[in-house]
Amino acid sequence: MFDLLKPLVAAFQDFVLLSIRAVRNIFRGPHYADDIFVQMDVIGVGSLFIVSLIGLFSGIVMALQMARALTQYGAQGQVGSIVAITLVRELGPVLTAVLVAGRNASGIASELGSMKVTEQIDAMRALGTDPIQKLVTPRLIALAVVLPLLTIISDFIGLIGGYFIASTMLGLTYSEYWTTAWQALEYNDLAQGLLKPFVFAVIIALVGCFYGMRTTGGTQGVGRATTSAVVTSSVWIFVLTAFITYVWNIIFVKQ
Amino acid sequence: MNPSDSTILRFEDVSLQFDATVALDHVSFEVHPGQTYVVLGAAGSGKTMLLKVAVGLVAPDSGHVSLFGQEITHLREQDLFDLRARVGILFQEGGLFDSLTVAENVAYPLMNSHVLHSNGNGTARSVDDRVRESLRFVELEQTLDKFPNQLSGGMRRRVGIARAVVSEPALLLYDSPTAGLDPITANTIVALILKERDLRNTATIMVTHRYQDGHLMANFRYNSNNGQIERAASGGDVSQVSTKFLVMNEGRLVFEGTEPELQASQDPYVRKFLRVGGA
Repeated sequence: MFDLLKPLVAAFQDFVLLSIRAVRNIFRGPHYADDIFVQMDVIGVGSLFIVSLIGLFSGIVMALQMARALTQYGAQGQVGSIVAITLVRELGPVLTAVLVAGRNASGIASELGSMKVTEQIDAMRALGTDPIQKLVTPRLIALAVVLPLLTIISDFIGLIGGYFIASTMLGLTYSEYWTTAWQALEYNDLAQGLLKPFVFAVIIALVGCFYGMRTTGGTQGVGRATTSAVVTSSVWIFVLTAFITYVWNIIFVKQ
Repeated sequence: MNPSDSTILRFEDVSLQFDATVALDHVSFEVHPGQTYVVLGAAGSGKTMLLKVAVGLVAPDSGHVSLFGQEITHLREQDLFDLRARVGILFQEGGLFDSLTVAENVAYPLMNSHVLHSNGNGTARSVDDRVRESLRFVELEQTLDKFPNQLSGGMRRRVGIARAVVSEPALLLYDSPTAGLDPITANTIVALILKERDLRNTATIMVTHRYQDGHLMANFRYNSNNGQIERAASGGDVSQVSTKFLVMNEGRLVFEGTEPELQASQDPYVRKFLRVGGA
């Protein structure tokens, strides 16, 4: 029984150690600013289109689904507030993060994994560079910066999608939709909607790097690492959003 | 603690195990300046791990490793960087960074500032000059702006050698430099290794499964007058005396000695190498 758990516990320990070293490196040199900007470009600019597209359609779908339910109560005027709250608190952060996990946790794991199996990571260490400083920390910083930004963009485009449905199918005016959407949001929601992508960014970066850095077994191993990185980071995104929402409600929402 | 300060690398009773696999089993040996060690062994006999332990990329389970007279077994990664800067390594497949050009790859060891300081020796040779010089050494100066995936396997290995020698290290480690190459390319690579060794008298450890490579290392030398590789004059030649062979089997050192001793060995595992090599 305990023997079965041993590799799991050992892997978790490795993950925690990697995380600690990656975070500690943020505060000490040398810093590889070039790598940070390259990663911001790859992850942020590279994901912008797909994230916007998914944001748009999640806003449209939310508006369509809610319109039907709200019409039963004659409350279709509230569609703006419902779209705003669901997108900003939950759907925007989670969908954006899952997309970026699929796109970039895999990319990070396969890139680092290939470097590992072709001994480039060892070469880096042999040539006097800490691979965590050079590879992991820049990805961590880049994701922590761009994922909240991507989420804001996705939320906003989702609201525009919602407005498109509200105005064409429900006949709401510009100000009816945007006023309810605006008024429904509290600072509390915005804070929650920005904390989540920040946490997810850390998870995506660290999980992607973790699986990449421990890749063994040639090109097959790279494939396995990539799959594991996407599956693990996606699962953690859903687990953590539930956890954060739960804790947030206890702390900030007055019953 | 250090009986002789001139020892470049010393293994004392070093053991290393991964799960059920024994990578190194009570290995001890010493490398002195100007010496060449040829490590022979079958795949999975622990040859590569020997090199990785030598520069602290992998920490041994027990025993002591000292590099340039300093015990490295318990050193932190950051403290190892200065020592590793004095060692050049050629990884099995070259270990070149795919995302960097050939020139950037070769310049990489020089970009770490502590290397620049330790090898500054007064003359302010620019990084660019040293990169060109190193690529000229392996006769690949024309590939400066290419990426590693645009080169053939043999060329990648040569760029790997250029990167290993650019910082003018005191110890060079070659991990299966000829593996997977055709015989002609393989001989070109060994000729480069000889050239580096004989021009700068660098201590060299070459891991290989080809006995021919070791035979070349022991019996040939680079003539700097005509730029040719030639058979060393028989009797009393320096490289003959200073080339030693190690044979590894499942992590154990089963033989240590000179080439004549190797050829005289009656150990069936050792003899198997000679036969494969001779074929």
